Amino acid sequence: MITSGLTSAAYIAASILFILSLGGLSHQESSRRGNIYGMLGMAIAIIATIFHIDTTYYWLIVTLMLVGGVIGGTVSQRVAMTSMPQLVAILHSLVGLAAVLIGFANYLDPGTNHHGVERIIHNSEVFIGVLIGAVTFTGSVAAFGKLQAILSSKPMMIPGRHFVNGGIGVACIVLGFYFVEAANSNLGVPFLIAMTILAMLFGLHMVLAIGGADMPVVISMLNSYSGWAAAATGFMLANDLLIITGALVGSSGAILSYIMCRAMNRRFLAVILGGFGTSGSSTVTTNYGEATSTSATAVAALLQSSQSVVVVPGYGMAVANAQHAVSDMVRHLRTSDVDARFAIHPVAGRMPGHMNVLLAEARVPYDIVLEMDEINSDLSKTDVVVVIGANDIVNPAAEDDPSSPIAGMPVLQVWNAQNVIVLKRSMATGYAGVDNPLFYKQNTGMLFGDARESIENIIKHM
Amino acid sequence: MKIGIPKEVTHGEKRVAATPSSTELIRKLGFEVLIETTAGLNAGFNDSDYEVEGATIIPTAREIWTASDIILKIREPATNRTEGFEEIDLLHNGQTLIGLLWPAQNANQLDRYAEKKVTAIAIDSVPRISRAQKFDALSSMANIAGYRAVIEAANHYGKFFGGQITAAGKIPPVTILVIGAGVAGLAAIGTAGNMGAIVRAFDTRPEVKEQVESMGANFLLLNIDEDGSGSGGYAKVMSDEFIAAEMELFSQQAREVDIIITTALIPGKPAPKLITEAMVSLMTPGSVIVDLAAEQGGNCELTQPNESIIEHGVTIVGYTDFPSRMAAQSSQLYSNNLYHLLSELSLENQSNINIDMSDDVVRSVTIAHEGAITWPPPNLPIKKERENSIGVDVDVVETQTKTSTKSRRVTTITGLAVALALIFGLGSVAPPEFMAHFTVFILAIFVGWQVIWNVTAALHTPLMSVTNAISGIIIIGALVQTPSSSALILFLAGISVLIASINISGGFLVTQRMLRMFRKEN
Repeated sequence: MITSGLTSAAYIAASILFILSLGGLSHQESSRRGNIYGMLGMAIAIIATIFHIDTTYYWLIVTLMLVGGVIGGTVSQRVAMTSMPQLVAILHSLVGLAAVLIGFANYLDPGTNHHGVERIIHNSEVFIGVLIGAVTFTGSVAAFGKLQAILSSKPMMIPGRHFVNGGIGVACIVLGFYFVEAANSNLGVPFLIAMTILAMLFGLHMVLAIGGADMPVVISMLNSYSGWAAAATGFMLANDLLIITGALVGSSGAILSYIMCRAMNRRFLAVILGGFGTSGSSTVTTNYGEATSTSATAVAALLQSSQSVVVVPGYGMAVANAQHAVSDMVRHLRTSDVDARFAIHPVAGRMPGHMNVLLAEARVPYDIVLEMDEINSDLSKTDVVVVIGANDIVNPAAEDDPSSPIAGMPVLQVWNAQNVIVLKRSMATGYAGVDNPLFYKQNTGMLFGDARESIENIIKHM
Repeated sequence: MKIGIPKEVTHGEKRVAATPSSTELIRKLGFEVLIETTAGLNAGFNDSDYEVEGATIIPTAREIWTASDIILKIREPATNRTEGFEEIDLLHNGQTLIGLLWPAQNANQLDRYAEKKVTAIAIDSVPRISRAQKFDALSSMANIAGYRAVIEAANHYGKFFGGQITAAGKIPPVTILVIGAGVAGLAAIGTAGNMGAIVRAFDTRPEVKEQVESMGANFLLLNIDEDGSGSGGYAKVMSDEFIAAEMELFSQQAREVDIIITTALIPGKPAPKLITEAMVSLMTPGSVIVDLAAEQGGNCELTQPNESIIEHGVTIVGYTDFPSRMAAQSSQLYSNNLYHLLSELSLENQSNINIDMSDDVVRSVTIAHEGAITWPPPNLPIKKERENSIGVDVDVVETQTKTSTKSRRVTTITGLAVALALIFGLGSVAPPEFMAHFTVFILAIFVGWQVIWNVTAALHTPLMSVTNAISGIIIIGALVQTPSSSALILFLAGISVLIASINISGGFLVTQRMLRMFRKEN
């Protein structure tokens, strides 16, 4: 047993370490140290809490933590980098589920006795904590299903879905009213259970209605929700460390969602309401002429005769698991004095920073991996741009066709380069369902086929 | 369908609307190509070159005009003196004419096209959008004009462009001022820079500064804030103040530079007079002015169109046929532009063309069709203003519609007011203990907000996994409930401890694994 004063001191230390941990991520150099800070903060907080509480079940707690730790550790070492979005999604769902369970446990705990306004506030905290936790839980499970391709990545559109969502919202408010007013926990529990079920349905339905390529926003949003769930739990337990950590995570996810939405020039609400890429209005196909296809031999010759090359990876690279081949190709080019670099669009892939992680895995040095804003002005001076499995993020229609569904979305201006090589499986449209005039440009060559095989063929001919 | 290419009849025009290589491409589209004998001779292409690519050589222009379904030309129809006929008279119902037709300057010809039910396509009216770039003959011609302007300047200047230090003494590099940084201006900047000159450039549109600097020139700025960007990427008329400041700048520059190349044009207006006689007299004798705007009256007061003159010891070149002076190159680019247009118009494998008026580009270039004048195109009013072969811009960057900052500010203030009202409302009912936690909550959000914006985009995935790990702090909520005596609560808390532990170890370890991969190039 340690005093609550010492526990509070430990919590302050943990809060500071968590903030330093996030701050460390501002640079690659300091990021690993930041992660260590995070671990340290977590260790301090857990040890202080365990020594503070007075329980007879230490052995059980420690066993459970060890089991959980081993499971988490094993998964973290086994997961493929291409599956990182799935892992993040499933971890979100666990936070949500924990928030729900803790909310119930706390509500059922007779030890907590509140009266008057305090009870109303406490009950509201429980209600909100469980609500957010439940939405996070099923939403993340649905996101996991979509990313793992267990569920279709197409938006699921049930008729009158906005009414369904609205109805659930109203029902939750009504249930919340009764729940807060309930005199004791026996009376309140049915309302809490009913709300939890509705909130879980809502979370599931909300994410199912959102298409695969909007996943970066969804994942960031769920990240944010998991933070708010932790914060609400903190309010419920009057624990400042939980509140601080939850708020940090919540605002982090909110900022990421904002960045992702801005990168797609979409409004957050429009993404969450779902259904993008299915509306019929976008199917006006203009005849842009014919796309020219090219061969691996020609591409290899072109790359070797150029001075500057920029590679633009997209989700297709992750699907084909082509990052190692791409890295080899670029290393090859760099050793023969070609200035080869990477350009990353903020929403390339299925979650924020997805491409960076894949390239890092393939041992691509991060100083040749540039962001859209850093490299866009260089593209006009580039000899060859190689687009690998990306579509909407390099679509010139975003800039010069105001009627396009993706109009106004910031894109990589690859068409300004001398030559563009597009690696693609077929001529199918991208996620937004719009044709890409880039493919029909005079300076564009299409190399059809699996991205990894194509790249390997190119390397063979170099 | 037969495509006919007559020899150009305008005096001094050496270009031809089809080259042997474009002939081959056009034939591959399924068309038959008829070409007047010696049509390409001035551009360096012999009849036999065309024959090799499958063209039929036709001895007279008259036969070309009567037998072809589509006529490809450089210049608008004029008088054929050798055979004694007006080209426009030979146009007939259903025929298509493609060339630099300049509908604004040739309004009377428009009536004739309509009357004869001819489809007339003015390749000079291509809208400046990415998709249409491959038809944009104006840009290809302007590019050549810019290059040629530097060559003419070098020819008349008679000294080295680049600086050298030789045993016989030091040669300073030449200094060139390019006024107007459109396609022609940028081409001139690039060419002069490659020849070793020091290049300065001026344009009324500040957004071209970056393009100018990317070509290695210095962009001259005025101490006056006015944006000269007109609609569609072209320049507009400036205020008197601006012009006064501009004139002062040019006077200053006239004393310093050796060569001035002017390319300034405003759509639909005579070229602005930028170089006065007084400025010319300030220039060092032997200096050269090349006026690419000569056809529109010239940017220099003393310019004589189609001539090169010497005034105050300064050579002023006012040629209007720069592209024609590089006939082989300009024919090649122009014919490629025409080929791209034909392939866009032609129906697959049918050797026929289809004028689809619902297509923006086709709509813009078609100035007469089925007996009606279809120029200027509707809802693209900026296009009717373009008048010359030397545009004042490069690509049109569509300016995005911005939400006015004012309305955004109102939203922010309302948002803040609502948030404050809510907090006060909460504070008036909530117990002090809650408000203390609430303070911590709000402050933590702000700290998070400040910290997270600094996270580099490349580390967004590790950011998510590390926030995943630290949101496992929810384990504390489970731990504090373990002292409970209720089996149910203990069960719920136990499960929570388990899954939160998965989060903590999984999140931190996977972050560590990812971060270890990020490495710098050694």
